[in-house]
Amino acid sequence: MEHVDFSLVDWSRAQFALTAMYHWLFVPLTLGLSFIIAFMETQYVRTGNPEWKRITKFWMTLFGINFAIGVATGIILEFEFGTNWSNYSWFVGDIFGAPLAIEGIMAFFMESTFIAVMFFGWNKVSKKFHLISTWLVAIGSNLSALWILVANAWMQNPAGMKFNPDTARNEMLNFWDVLFSPVAMNKFLHTALSAYVLAAVFVIGVSAWYLLKNREKTFAKKSMKVAAIFGLAASFLTIVSGDGSARNMAKFQPMKFAAMENLYIGQQNAPLVAIGFLQKNKTEMDPKEQNFVFKLEIPNMLSYMAFLSPNAYVPGIYDLVKGNAEHHILSYKERSEKGKISIESLAEYKNAKKAGNDSIAKIALAKFNENYAHFGYGYYANRDVNELIPSVPSTFYSFRIMVGLGFHFLALFLVVLLLIKKDKIDKKRFILYTALWTIPLAYIASELGWIVAEVGRQPWVIQDILPTIAAVSQIKPASVQFTFWLFLVIFTGLLIAEIKIMVSQIKKGPDSEDADHHTNNELINS
Amino acid sequence: MFETFSYITLQQYWWIIVSLLGAILVFLMFVQGGQTLIYTLGKTEDERTVLVNLLGRKWEFTFTTLVTFGGAFFASFPLFYSTSFGGAYWVWMLILIAFVVQAVSYEYRKKPNNFFGKRTYETLLFINGLLGTVLIGTAVATFFTGSAFSVDKMNITRLIGDKMPVISEWKGLAYGLEAALNLHNLTLGLTVFFLARVLALLYFMNRVNNTEIMVRVKKQLIYNAIPFVIFFLIFTIWLLLSKGFAVNPISKEVYIEPYKYLHNLIAMPVVAVIFVLGVAMVLLGIIRPIACFVKCSTKGIWLTGIGTILTVFALFLLVGFNNTAYYPSTFDLQSSLTIENSSSSFYTLTIMSYVSLLVPFVLAYIWYAWRSIDNKKIDIEEINTDSHVY
Repeated sequence: MEHVDFSLVDWSRAQFALTAMYHWLFVPLTLGLSFIIAFMETQYVRTGNPEWKRITKFWMTLFGINFAIGVATGIILEFEFGTNWSNYSWFVGDIFGAPLAIEGIMAFFMESTFIAVMFFGWNKVSKKFHLISTWLVAIGSNLSALWILVANAWMQNPAGMKFNPDTARNEMLNFWDVLFSPVAMNKFLHTALSAYVLAAVFVIGVSAWYLLKNREKTFAKKSMKVAAIFGLAASFLTIVSGDGSARNMAKFQPMKFAAMENLYIGQQNAPLVAIGFLQKNKTEMDPKEQNFVFKLEIPNMLSYMAFLSPNAYVPGIYDLVKGNAEHHILSYKERSEKGKISIESLAEYKNAKKAGNDSIAKIALAKFNENYAHFGYGYYANRDVNELIPSVPSTFYSFRIMVGLGFHFLALFLVVLLLIKKDKIDKKRFILYTALWTIPLAYIASELGWIVAEVGRQPWVIQDILPTIAAVSQIKPASVQFTFWLFLVIFTGLLIAEIKIMVSQIKKGPDSEDADHHTNNELINS
Repeated sequence: MFETFSYITLQQYWWIIVSLLGAILVFLMFVQGGQTLIYTLGKTEDERTVLVNLLGRKWEFTFTTLVTFGGAFFASFPLFYSTSFGGAYWVWMLILIAFVVQAVSYEYRKKPNNFFGKRTYETLLFINGLLGTVLIGTAVATFFTGSAFSVDKMNITRLIGDKMPVISEWKGLAYGLEAALNLHNLTLGLTVFFLARVLALLYFMNRVNNTEIMVRVKKQLIYNAIPFVIFFLIFTIWLLLSKGFAVNPISKEVYIEPYKYLHNLIAMPVVAVIFVLGVAMVLLGIIRPIACFVKCSTKGIWLTGIGTILTVFALFLLVGFNNTAYYPSTFDLQSSLTIENSSSSFYTLTIMSYVSLLVPFVLAYIWYAWRSIDNKKIDIEEINTDSHVY
């Protein structure tokens, strides 16, 4: 492909990134807070203590505010696959569409039906039914996360499918391979668990604010305790599943892995750069070389992290682009030649079929299948293969900040839990301030995780098979540019509204049971 | 079980499911209709709050149905997804934005310090009600009138030259907005808009316990039923007299056939019965509360609602079955989409068919959950004492 309208590809990518990142500002809190609320209400039903009901209802109000904007930002994403990535929708729709449909049927209805019971059913249904509804909201929202993350994981590691040359698309061969691919399972666990961490940080941070203000002490401590236990468990498991993610990445997306590590020359016994600062590009070499100004290494750790063996060989960016015969790595140039053969054989096959020439069709098909693993590289046959290298600094730094913050959250949960146990938490103002200021950090860590996952796999929409330049819809770049700004304005406006409402509700604090009527009458009369 | 079905049977089964979802969606758009009536029916703040809350307890269900409709269409007929969404970009984007702004409006409308103020959120609800109904109606009408696009799956092998390797290429100049300039399309858009308002009025009639609102509801029912019936008749008569996009069952060639949709109705008597029954129920549900004297029926929502589902369902079957192209191209007839050439693979449809067995279960818990919280009519007092109010 010689001619590509990069402004179209870039604006389409920018729009998807914008809408996805906005959506992700709200999703993790929904995923985690729904469980935290369910734990709290379980406490209420178990003990009958009205304080627990008050606690549950307060966090439920915040849940509702956050949930609404999560829904608002989510609908765009589902349809954007069609509007902005139309080729993609056909090329892999046979596999990718199914999880989206199942998400709707299985998860969204559960969520939206029982959310109505959760909010409006307090005085209308039995305590038990209400509690079940709250749990079903949590299960429903997490199920929806499961399906969409299965879909995302499949893009990173396309499993369980085969290309059908007659329909010119990939078709599903085995649903269970798609659902239970190790990448999918790991992705779901790591993402959902990290969302629980964020929600726990949120609850602890807000509760800390009450303690700092000397308000609602029992409420705050009880909330904190639930969140800290939940957060601690989730934190620990996030780290374990993160380790699994890194291994999957090294195996299925070596370029992403190398970029994340700023590893240019592959090596055995590769060290892990725990802390490092990259040098700015001084010269445009091929491929762009990048070095460290400063680094702190853990010997052998990278090899171990990637392949569970300190001696393992980890390929670098240079090896992947230029090839490495010793380690049986084809260069990108070779892969793009093979990809080109694959694409051309597909055309040959179709033409032969049309002409009724079965023997030529058969030969073309064999050639196609032989080279299909490199299909996507074919679109780079007449292009600079360096376009296949993702941004190194953004993945390198994002990964390190995310991991660093992850350990910070773990430590915070431990300290908070310890102080609650000793009943000293309200006196440790420094910890309370730290907890409060950790809230934005949790959001940063969460978004950075997606930057590693998504920027790191560029330009692949489907790993090795479909690059962004061949997936995009043919629309005027100005149209996409316009909708990009439109979404930016709308979502930013809604975000400001959400934060303002959330802050007011927090300042207002939890209602007492009697105050309920009073406030609503006030609201209605205002 | 589903493995033993033929490919075409599965494709038809999924067309039926997508059609049903679409039909239920149109019924549930009473929420959108109601959003355009808040100020017409509610003269005091309390009255408006009752109306908003009645709609607010159902909006998410409409929204979820829309999302599921999209997902199911994607999973079963992905070529439609890539062709229509990627081509009629602006129509779909406007529809989506109309739904984005709806999703926050209920929750944020009454909350203190909500940045934009209550009136803004109410305006957003109005915009959603107007654009959502008119544009979805317009977009569905293109199933009958056609759009300008071409589809060539071999385009993905374009490696040289200045053309992008894009399978579906839109030829309409306004990326979908041209559909709204077609009078036939617009007629269906307005039909859906007024139908949604009629359904909303019937819903309020069933759920509101307030005399002042009821008087206005009854008056508005007449004002909205008349344009609805007129637009619906225009669309239906035009449809039955118009030419359509037929498919040769052997060669799969698409050609124009005069009176195609009328022929389909005759060729599929079951569909004809569903259609006539649906229309009759819609009208009966509207007429009964209008024509009553002392004690009026408040069950019109069920009659008209189910009638709506049947009618829309029949329209979808009319355009998808009996060798018809459901998403025709006026630019290149042979690019037209049929349920055969645009569907997912046999395997995927089989898997999805198993998933579809969950649907009755989903409907059952929705019914159970709703019954348990909607057991009595709503008045101002009830809203004022609820702990979660929009």
